[in-house]
Amino acid sequence: MLDYLLFGALPYVALAIFLIGSIYRYTKKGFQVSSLSSQFLEGRKLFFGSQFFHWGIVMLFFGHLIGFLIPNAVVAWNGSPVRLLVLEFTAFGFAISSLIGLLLLIKRRATTKRIQMVSNYMDYVVYLVLFVQIASGILMAYYGRWGSNWFASVMTPYLCSVFAFNPNVDLIAQLSTSNTMALLMVKTHIASAFLIIGIIPFTRFVHFLVAPFDYIWRKYQLVIWNWNHKEIRTSRNYFPGKSRDFKNN
Amino acid sequence: MNIRSQIAMVFHLDKCIGCHTCSVACKNIWTDRKGAEYMWWNNVETKPGTGYPTKWEDQDIYQGGWKKDGDSVSLKGAGKLKGLKNIFHNPNMPVLDDYYEPWAYRYQDLFDAPEGDDQPIGRAVSLITGEPIEIQSGPNWDDDLSGTPDYARQDVNFKHLSQAEQEAMFQLEKMTFHYLPRICNHCLNPACVASCPSGALYKRGEDGVVLINQERCRAWRMCVTACPYKKSYYNWNTGKSEKCVLCYPRLESGQPPACMHSCVGRIRYLGVMLYDADRIQAVASCDESEIVDRHMDIYLNPNDPTVIKAARENGIADSTIKAAQNSPVYKFVKEWKIALPLHPEFRTLPNLFYVPPLLPAMASVSTDGTYDTVSEHLLAGVEKLRVPIRYLSSLFTAGNDDKVIDVFKKLHAVRVSRRDTTVKDVTDKQLNTVMNEASIDVDTANAIFRLTSLATFEERFVIPAAHREEAIEMLENTGDYKGSTGFGFKEKPARGL
Repeated sequence: MLDYLLFGALPYVALAIFLIGSIYRYTKKGFQVSSLSSQFLEGRKLFFGSQFFHWGIVMLFFGHLIGFLIPNAVVAWNGSPVRLLVLEFTAFGFAISSLIGLLLLIKRRATTKRIQMVSNYMDYVVYLVLFVQIASGILMAYYGRWGSNWFASVMTPYLCSVFAFNPNVDLIAQLSTSNTMALLMVKTHIASAFLIIGIIPFTRFVHFLVAPFDYIWRKYQLVIWNWNHKEIRTSRNYFPGKSRDFKNN
Repeated sequence: MNIRSQIAMVFHLDKCIGCHTCSVACKNIWTDRKGAEYMWWNNVETKPGTGYPTKWEDQDIYQGGWKKDGDSVSLKGAGKLKGLKNIFHNPNMPVLDDYYEPWAYRYQDLFDAPEGDDQPIGRAVSLITGEPIEIQSGPNWDDDLSGTPDYARQDVNFKHLSQAEQEAMFQLEKMTFHYLPRICNHCLNPACVASCPSGALYKRGEDGVVLINQERCRAWRMCVTACPYKKSYYNWNTGKSEKCVLCYPRLESGQPPACMHSCVGRIRYLGVMLYDADRIQAVASCDESEIVDRHMDIYLNPNDPTVIKAARENGIADSTIKAAQNSPVYKFVKEWKIALPLHPEFRTLPNLFYVPPLLPAMASVSTDGTYDTVSEHLLAGVEKLRVPIRYLSSLFTAGNDDKVIDVFKKLHAVRVSRRDTTVKDVTDKQLNTVMNEASIDVDTANAIFRLTSLATFEERFVIPAAHREEAIEMLENTGDYKGSTGFGFKEKPARGL
């Protein structure tokens, strides 16, 4: 029953909250969409914490994404034991990196007076769910072999079934492995992942939704006219008024 | 030719008395809020000094501005690759202690303290943590050369001066200082705009004011690093960056910005300049030796019929063109060429120009201890000037001494010409020599004198109609928004979770 709740219902609740909440916050509470950087108040301790955590978590995110998008390629890559080990150890390294970073960040926030002034309870909720997520992932990888193969063969079909609105809960519920610890960690990891998705709109997690990838192809200078006289509506020009000029200034 | 209009400014440093009225006017309107206490969108520094934030001019530390990169320019410490690479931790960003920790005093303790043997005191408490602090520094800690060993002697511009020249600036009875009021330069080639990963910063097409869209800012903090003048500030409470808005709501209703309006010494001038936007990249990337000249050339003559025609084609309103023709900034910068940009080597093409200060340069103490201000002596040559020209050229002309000397000759000629008019103790030969050296005539000297000393409010501030004043009044009662983040802002500026 709990399995159906966690892997059949929770995903949809989480995704619905995520979608509605994020769109609402972005459109109606735009001022509150920020990474809330505290480097200005404390920059030294932030360096290792933030770098270790962010680079680790970004790599892990893309690793999971690859496992979801091209599972066959991952399985094929893992065909050779050497390549399997390279993949597993790389991923494990990034996980350790993000865990160390997270612990450093928690310590920084807990011990720096200035940072406490800009902390709210949701920041600690974020730390808690991230710790559970990363720690369960690390333990799962340690106890259950091999995570990358398992993700491609079980997790990807499960996620596909979720996105197809026909969740195949049995894939997770009837997982059988000799190691009960691994099984527990797998379930924790999945449930906590959906929990994170669900609380994104209510936490500083929103900042990753606005990661500035468009900066890569944007022109450097940005000039905006309140009213561009050159673009006053004519019979051929259907959208008059405000215009953005991305030309090089 | 792609003509745009720009609100530009001139600060006449000879007239600045360092009273900080501008800073206080700005603070009362814009930065008297939680998270913004440490910000001084307008600040006044004593030069020589390290300024605010400390050593802001030292781009080895802060990596602000542009550097020449072939026939183009690239951001020194930000940009697509460096900016995104450093997005999790920005190594060149100034932190709170590079500015100062803002504080208030517990005045209430003076009234509430129980009776005792000791005099009650109001302790300083941090406006960030609320705890008592030992005050380390403030925004103008080096005012009037106070704390010289720690501040003035650390001036970044000294790296171009010999040891002897530096020492000369601190000799008793020979020392010299002047004030440097600074606001955002609203640059033609703004490094802050180019550095913003989320595209929150932009330059307004109509008047060239550079703004930060508070709803798009995501606290990536790159603008704080990229601005070489350190005029973009991070609000630690709201998690958004903020900067001087040139009081655009005032500009739009025809009033000068509060710092300029309140200026006691009347040192500030504001007006429209027309410029050719197609030339920005070429000018920003030219050789350092010619960057001042090329920068001046980008501004166009608003009386030239071809310029007027091209401006009209580009949609610039007739009222704006007329304002450009009456612009005091055009006179100082283009006609008379006595105003210079601050640190042009940063290559952002700033729109704030300074008339370099002649006064400390001209007065020297003679051997009998009296001030020597005889005009003939003052002509003796720049090597006898009190302040090393090299110091001023490091500030205003990217190290080109001749440019500063040219300006000084003109400023001096104006004085000699006025002395001839009022005191009449200058011989014709003296007058002609001075005027010829400065290559100005008496009429020009009189015009410079008039705009410098006698100009009315309307002559100092020539603001084109924005034609938006009625629109904004219909939308909101601007008075209701004092203390909030800005106009046009329906949401309470509360920090997100």
